[in-house]
Amino acid sequence: MQISGAEILVRSLQEEGVEFVFGYPGGAVLEIYDAIFRQQQFKHVLVRHEQAAVHAADAYSRSCDKVGVALVTSGPGATNAVTGIATAYMDSVPMVVISGQVSTPAIGLDAFQEVDMVGITRPCVKHNFLVKDINELASTIKKAFYIAATGRPGPVVVDVPKDVTQQLAEFHYPESVSIRSYVPVTRGHPGQIKKAASLLAEAKRPYIYVGGGAVQGGASAEVTELVKMLGVPCTNTLMGLGAYPGDDRQFLGMLGMHGTYEANMAMQYCDVLIAVGARFDDRVISVPSHFLSQPKKIVHIDIDPSSIAKRVKVDVPIVGDVKHVLRDLIDLMKQNGQRPDAANLAGWWKQIEQWRSYNSLLYTPSTEFIKPQSVVQKLYEITGGDAIITSDVGQHQMWAAQYYPFKRPKQWLNSGGLGTMGFGLPAAIGAQLANPNAQVACITGEGSIQMNIQELSTAKQYHTPVKVIALNNRYLGMVRQWQEFFYGTRYAESYMDALPDFVGIAEAYGHVGMKIENPADVEGALREAFSPALKERLVFMDFRTDQSENVFPMIQNGKGLDQMDLPPHMRELQIAPFENNRDYGNMC
Amino acid sequence: MRHILSILLENEAGALSRVVGLFSARAYNIDSLTVSTTEDPTLSRMTIVTHGSDEVIEQITKQLNKLIEVVKVIDLNESDHIEREMMLIKVRATGKDREEMKRMADIFRGRIIDVTEKTYTIELTGTSDKLGAFIEAIDRSVILETVRTGASGIGRGERILKI
Ligand SMILES: Cc1cc2nc3c(=O)[nH]c(=O)nc-3n(C[C@H](O)[C@H](O)[C@H](O)COP(=O)(O)OP(=O)(O)OC[C@H]3O[C@@H](n4cnc5c(N)ncnc54)[C@H](O)[C@@H]3O)c2cc1C
Ligand SMILES: Cc1ncc(C[n+]2csc(CCOP(=O)(O)OP(=O)(O)O)c2C)c(N)n1
Ligand SMILES: [Mg+2]
Repeated sequence: MQISGAEILVRSLQEEGVEFVFGYPGGAVLEIYDAIFRQQQFKHVLVRHEQAAVHAADAYSRSCDKVGVALVTSGPGATNAVTGIATAYMDSVPMVVISGQVSTPAIGLDAFQEVDMVGITRPCVKHNFLVKDINELASTIKKAFYIAATGRPGPVVVDVPKDVTQQLAEFHYPESVSIRSYVPVTRGHPGQIKKAASLLAEAKRPYIYVGGGAVQGGASAEVTELVKMLGVPCTNTLMGLGAYPGDDRQFLGMLGMHGTYEANMAMQYCDVLIAVGARFDDRVISVPSHFLSQPKKIVHIDIDPSSIAKRVKVDVPIVGDVKHVLRDLIDLMKQNGQRPDAANLAGWWKQIEQWRSYNSLLYTPSTEFIKPQSVVQKLYEITGGDAIITSDVGQHQMWAAQYYPFKRPKQWLNSGGLGTMGFGLPAAIGAQLANPNAQVACITGEGSIQMNIQELSTAKQYHTPVKVIALNNRYLGMVRQWQEFFYGTRYAESYMDALPDFVGIAEAYGHVGMKIENPADVEGALREAFSPALKERLVFMDFRTDQSENVFPMIQNGKGLDQMDLPPHMRELQIAPFENNRDYGNMC
Repeated sequence: MRHILSILLENEAGALSRVVGLFSARAYNIDSLTVSTTEDPTLSRMTIVTHGSDEVIEQITKQLNKLIEVVKVIDLNESDHIEREMMLIKVRATGKDREEMKRMADIFRGRIIDVTEKTYTIELTGTSDKLGAFIEAIDRSVILETVRTGASGIGRGERILKI
């Protein structure tokens, strides 16, 4: 029986086991919407802006093991989606975005609502397709899901002209797909894994640096097993948070621009570094030459060969899936009884404990102003460290990363690579739909939340009772911090005048709003928001926080990992420089 | 350093723009690019002449391989290879220049493929260097136009780029 292209598309999504499609209708996709209307298998979530559809689909995917799906119309619908697509691309999130296109005969004629979606998104997708032939629609959808989810994951755009959705054809969904020019590697080279094992066994100051690849690759168990087995220290990038339990002693915290003192010092002074699904980003290692000025052997495990030796030359590249490679590495080291020398390791830990003892995340409490860090800490306490946290971009994002020790992977959802303000709220909605029983909180700023605040309406419609924790410092705080440090406190356009009444906004959308101005009220308000009485409600919490608070430690542009700007309490300390062969015997 | 990359890619709409887009997006250089289908109509073969440090060339190769439609990439510089480019060059050929131009074309093993009263069009094949040398060797003022294909390359002997 012949069915329409729109029906083929919908059937294909059903075949892929899609649960939710996040989208927004328009002329070019009306046929598809009609086909969606006539089916029951998956739900459509109507957002209020296409960017939010893509962020929600992205976070849906980040918070479970499925490919997120978004659907947008041609022209402005498609261009609105681009920021979301680029966000997912930078963080390697598997997603399929279906965009409507004008009918094939009209393509290229500057037709109404025509944009070259394939051209616009080419640099920010893993791959994209324009489907011109209805007979290729089903197989293209199959390929799109396959490409999005395998290898280094990423977003795939499928642009579907309106006439293709209207034509008729037989529906056959391919059972399997193979693309001769696309064969992702999973197993690592045994010879390379052997080299990595030897390096680790010979290491005096080993360090495991874990990134988003371990989260995406579902390798948290293997990471933890390796770190525990060897008794070595471990750090996570912003994207890797949760891959190793944040409350464990062997975890040194996040590293990088706003990483802890111990995590960054260990990164600079380790002698063997195992990079696990992390890409030596500039916000992590800063200047490669300074990072490498301290000699170290580097093993780099990554599924994408182009991530290896991109910014930093490594000694042992291992191309493969983290989960498989770590499994093989652990098994090999077990089999050979390979372990780093215990005495060396003890010395290394002594040094690390000394660095840790400075407590670089200490901040000065206040009874006058609400300290943003304390809000995150209280949130951690009240949610039992168990909530799924989404965030926007700015200081609040860094405080969330620093003061909420994530226990498990996929618990922390943020835009790291693109740094997209406006991600947090739609992401929270997507995550809540993927995890209906989880507590979901969005830690945001008064700047970021206004970039997609209209999604409060979506949250109402779909009953996603997320808690919005706005750390409202009346500043584009991260911008203000840079202006304070580098532009002589000239706060150009970083002050948010005429802020709306967020409580009023929340209530207008049918939610609960709270304004918290006094440090003494922080805990009570959070307890109330997370109480059973408000379990089913979205609560918007407007915390008026200390305006002048800054994020520390901080590595300035051009500075190295051991050249951090430290928090006030550490500035007076006489910290001895690291020495390679220091005797730690008498230190405690 | 100058490198010649040979790329086998799916003969699909848009594949070429992905390659070109990659070079501009990542600020790599393209000195020349040629592309056409192969004996297998589902495949195109592209030759790109580029330059950059070893690290950059390594990244270019990896990034090209990452493109879904790219089947294989080799850096011809890694071993013996042959490189050819074709040039059509139209020159003013009048009076005594006419004889001189014919002689130069012969020296460079060029062929005169179009003759008018006042012009010759010469077809010249060789390495890009050789084509450059020809342009250097003749009087600049007689050149009316040149069109070059860009280099294509192939490995010597048993070194074969195939799927
Ligand atoms: C305001 C702001 C401040 C920031 N400050 C910091 C900071 O202080 N510290 C910090 O760490 N980041 C910070 N970032 C984030 C930073 O910009 C990068 O996004 C982040 O560091 C990259 O993380 P990653 O190296 O884990 O790589 P990701 O972007 O997560 O990349 C994952 C890597 O793993 C690979 N991979 C994927 N799947 C697999 C698999 N199955 N097997 C093997 N490999 C796989 C991929 O190929 C890729 O190379 C900040 C961002 C913002 C917006
Ligand atoms: C879409 C977008 N525009 C601009 C920026 C640059 N930017 C980074 S952080 C920031 C300030 C964010 O302010 P707010 O949301 O209030 O967070 P705060 O830093 O105050 O916690 C800005 C403007 C960005 N990351 N994303
Ligand atoms: Mg702010």
